[in-house]
Amino acid sequence: MTPALVMTDVAVRAGRRLLWSGLTAQLQPGEFTAVLGPNGAGKSTLIKAVLGLHPLAAGRLTVLGGAPGESNREIGYLPQRRSVDPTLRVRGIDIVRLGLDGHRYGLPLPGRGARRAAAEVDALVELVGATGWAHRPVGELSGGEQQRLLIAQALARRPRLLLLDEPLDALDLANQAAIAGLIGRICTDRQVSVVMVAHDVNPILPYLDRVLYLANGRVATGPPGAVITSETLTALLGAPIEVLSTADGRLVVVGQPEAPHLHSARHRDEAPQPGGGGRA
Amino acid sequence: MPEVSFGPNLLADLAQMWSLPFMVNAFRAGTLVAVLAALAGYFVVLRRQTFAAHTLSVVGFPGATAAAWLGWSVTGGYLAASVAAAAVFALRPRATGRRQRAESAVIGTAAAFALACGFLFSTRSQGSVDGTTALLFGSVLGISTGQVVTLTWLAVVVLVLLTVVARPLLFGSLDPVVARAGGVPVRLLDAGFLVTLGAVIAMTAQITGALLVFALLVLPAATAQRLTARPLRAALVAVAIAVATTWVALTATFYTPYPVGFWLADLAFAGFVLATGVGAVRGRWHRSGRVAAVPAMVVGGTP
Ligand SMILES: Nc1ncnc2c1ncn2[C@@H]1O[C@H](COP(=O)(O)OP(=O)(O)OP(=O)(O)O)[C@@H](O)[C@H]1O
Ligand SMILES: [Mg+2]
Repeated sequence: MTPALVMTDVAVRAGRRLLWSGLTAQLQPGEFTAVLGPNGAGKSTLIKAVLGLHPLAAGRLTVLGGAPGESNREIGYLPQRRSVDPTLRVRGIDIVRLGLDGHRYGLPLPGRGARRAAAEVDALVELVGATGWAHRPVGELSGGEQQRLLIAQALARRPRLLLLDEPLDALDLANQAAIAGLIGRICTDRQVSVVMVAHDVNPILPYLDRVLYLANGRVATGPPGAVITSETLTALLGAPIEVLSTADGRLVVVGQPEAPHLHSARHRDEAPQPGGGGRA
Repeated sequence: MPEVSFGPNLLADLAQMWSLPFMVNAFRAGTLVAVLAALAGYFVVLRRQTFAAHTLSVVGFPGATAAAWLGWSVTGGYLAASVAAAAVFALRPRATGRRQRAESAVIGTAAAFALACGFLFSTRSQGSVDGTTALLFGSVLGISTGQVVTLTWLAVVVLVLLTVVARPLLFGSLDPVVARAGGVPVRLLDAGFLVTLGAVIAMTAQITGALLVFALLVLPAATAQRLTARPLRAALVAVAIAVATTWVALTATFYTPYPVGFWLADLAFAGFVLATGVGAVRGRWHRSGRVAAVPAMVVGGTP
């Protein structure tokens, strides 16, 4: 089976500044990869590079067996959250439908094809648990409700690779767990390779195969148990970091410059505040 | 118009109106223009490009008066100016944030300057005040059969174009980032839409005048979006509203002393106010029915 992503010593610049370099990893179909790191580390830029929307400064990147940008139609993409215009008068279901055939020219003819497409959209909406609000104008929906519909849109073309940029950030804890579970299931059931940018690793920890941790221009890769450790993060972030494991299997990162995000809520106040060097 | 009078027999009224060739041409041109303006307007409202649309319509005015001054086709002058302005819009680099605010001030200034130039040209060409008023506020007079033929061809081209790109254009209008990543040529569609919009505005201004283009371009589309959130249905409702507005306005113009621009803008605005009222009432109704459903959905949404 062709790997979904092969990255060999990849480096990326923003303007003239080197964001990070030396990223080497191979992601297989059915694998769940998290991209972690402080704000501004270049996580979203990595996603854009995979889509062929941001050039590489060095290295080689193969996406679904081709150059970046070549097989974007087989990629589901959910950009980092932007606010939806609250006056937007288009139904949620239409947004999902665009993911299915929004790139097609001409109007769909009524008939069997149209019925199949409608049924497919209904199935997607049900899969993400958005049936209750899919027929309302998206502008009126809450951030979490919109997010579920956008995830359905990203899944519409049965992608082989899913690029999700902070899909959990508008959701409450229960919904974070629910969506993480859903994506984990899609990952294994449909053999999709998932790359998810996240700030809190805990909701996705049970499903994770690999972590790409970007910070200070460098990258640490490996299974979560190997990357999210006191030693690796201390070396990467250049500040003393302690990773604790709670009885229920959650990870608590103490002393990280970006502490509030990677923390589970109840340990937030234990975090010493910024040790500096948060920005790469 | 002296010996015409509006009676209860609508068919007789229509027959009376349509016995005059210029009214027949006005209805033909008005209908074509209404369909195009409403369809383009649906995207204008979705893309929040009303300001750009306003600028394009105003910029056509100096084009038209300059053409009149030089003895060229007024319609051609309008079309050339607004399409050229649309091309400039399309080619300009994307501005964001603070630069975008500065840019809109520049565009507004340029639009005012364009109006002033148009006024200057109209005084140079000894153009009648009536002619200038018609260019700004619309007229049903003076649409020749030749113009109707030209309008028909342009309308066919624009209709085919809009139908072909409808879905990618909708995608790119709602979510340019995802559409572009998914292989939709968003930049090209944006540019193509602006140029097409320039042409549609030039055609619409033949009936509505440069200053009242919104009566057919924006108001029917905005009204339709208050009534339905389904894209295709909203576009069709917008067309229906625009055509109805045009027909009623033309009839009213014929039987009353008031100008067509007044009727078009007033009718379109009345429709918008009505739809907003309907939308508000319906919205309150929906919201009150929804309260009980929300907690159940959150719990039930957990897979
Ligand atoms: N096109 C660009 N030109 C110049 N700088 C850029 C460009 N794109 C991104 N940057 C810069 O690159 C850095 C990384 O941006 P990126 O969006 O990848 O961060 P991120 O890791 O996703 O952060 P966050 O957690 O806040 O989303 C930022 O400092 C940003 O300002
Ligand atoms: Mg980001």
